[in-house]
Amino acid sequence: MTSLLSFILALTTAPLIPGIINRIKAVSAGRQGPPLLQNYYDLAKLMKKGVVYSHTTTWLFKASPVIQCAAACAALLIVPFGGGAALLHFKGDLLLFAYLLAMGRFFLVLGALDTGSSFEGMGASREVLISALTEPAFLLGFTALASFTGRFSLTGICHSVSFLSLFESAGTATLLIVVAMMLVFLTENARIPVDDPNTHLELTMVHEVMVLDHSGPDLALIEYTAALKLWIYGALLIGIVNPAGRHTLAMGLLIGLAGMAVIAILTGFIESIMARLPWVRVPQLIASALVLSILASIIVGW
Amino acid sequence: MKTVLEILVTLLILSNLLLMGSSRLGTLIRTVAAQALILGLMSILNHWHCLEWGLMLTAFVSILIKAMILPRLLTRAVREAHVRREVEPIVGFTASLLIGLLLLAVSVYLGSQLKQPQSGYASLLTPTSLFSMMVGLFILVSRRKALTQVLGYLAMENGIYAFGLAFTVRETFLVEIGILLDVFVAVFVMGIMIYHINRNFDHIDTDKLAMLKE
Repeated sequence: MTSLLSFILALTTAPLIPGIINRIKAVSAGRQGPPLLQNYYDLAKLMKKGVVYSHTTTWLFKASPVIQCAAACAALLIVPFGGGAALLHFKGDLLLFAYLLAMGRFFLVLGALDTGSSFEGMGASREVLISALTEPAFLLGFTALASFTGRFSLTGICHSVSFLSLFESAGTATLLIVVAMMLVFLTENARIPVDDPNTHLELTMVHEVMVLDHSGPDLALIEYTAALKLWIYGALLIGIVNPAGRHTLAMGLLIGLAGMAVIAILTGFIESIMARLPWVRVPQLIASALVLSILASIIVGW
Repeated sequence: MKTVLEILVTLLILSNLLLMGSSRLGTLIRTVAAQALILGLMSILNHWHCLEWGLMLTAFVSILIKAMILPRLLTRAVREAHVRREVEPIVGFTASLLIGLLLLAVSVYLGSQLKQPQSGYASLLTPTSLFSMMVGLFILVSRRKALTQVLGYLAMENGIYAFGLAFTVRETFLVEIGILLDVFVAVFVMGIMIYHINRNFDHIDTDKLAMLKE
């Protein structure tokens, strides 16, 4: 019951997170900014519009947004939220989670390549380079958590790790993993030190360039998927940091939502105070997330 | 106390990786200074229950020299030589970072082969000290600027200090101070040398110095 409720909550409130981030960015720049619900209006508007397909595209281009959204929804089924268990949890769902998101990304890249535009091809190549570095960082971090908690599912890990354990054994490792996962969160969601979601300058885009040719409901699906991914990685971060333990249903969900708001506000501030890194420095940043994860596994394994 | 020490060891490893991945000389100098500070704190915390005057004095003198005086000296050398960053290292910075990981793995393996006198965090200190020495050595051979090489030498010295800490080797006060004085004089002389090399040849690239002939 809790799991179903948190799943529906994720599906309905995910588009709010980019709204919060944008509001924080606007406020710290001294502007008023768009309303918090702007993303919902955009999605509704896009759903009503028609679609334009280029002559060079094939069925892959049409299938890609749908598959991405489906993969993100399936991954969402595995992620626990608000102290409860996830809808689906079994031994090793950690790997399924990583590969569901990898599949979503694979189809995003395929869709971009399918347009035949060299511009989108460039974005695709960058995206693949980034993901090649991020995936090991994510997997190693969670492997360290798995070996330290003795659980091998996301739900199990998020139930066993808690903020309190930061001050006990393997606390240092947990702290390292939290920082690594924050970097993974920013990278996977194409946020500022790695990619700028606002820019439409060809030299700097990674995620935005790959979705340039999508329109109408397709674009709506992609935007929605991006919001869902923010929610998914945010929920994982909360799962690691959250003072877990048994809460009542309302309390757990409330804590989860508060954590999500904190992450959104933090992201907004990071985006306000930092500039996007030059492209040659980006692999170094992601490599440092990898380094943190490996260091955590060494400390845990020692 | 144990958690604090574990965090300090982790910081030591992270600072070594920072040394591998950073190009700015200012950052490198501050990192090496921070390492010396961490090591000084660790040697005090390590003997928290049986503190002696000699030990306290050695720790404080080493913090004073390695975390305060030497960084000042090197910052001055950076200013005089007009070198802000290592521009073209022989091994690139992302590659250095990945090699750093490899060195970390090697030192963890070596550390696990050694007989550990202590358990817990202290046994993590042995691989960390080996790692520090390897990082220092790697920086010595893979960077071009003389100043960066001096910093590599200092990182290696920190590693040796950490090794002594891991095996709770307690030299007498005189020996410790003697070693410190050696390091101090070495870096002092190197700083002056760099200044003169820079004034005579307008650069401190060591691989160009190999071509000098009278």
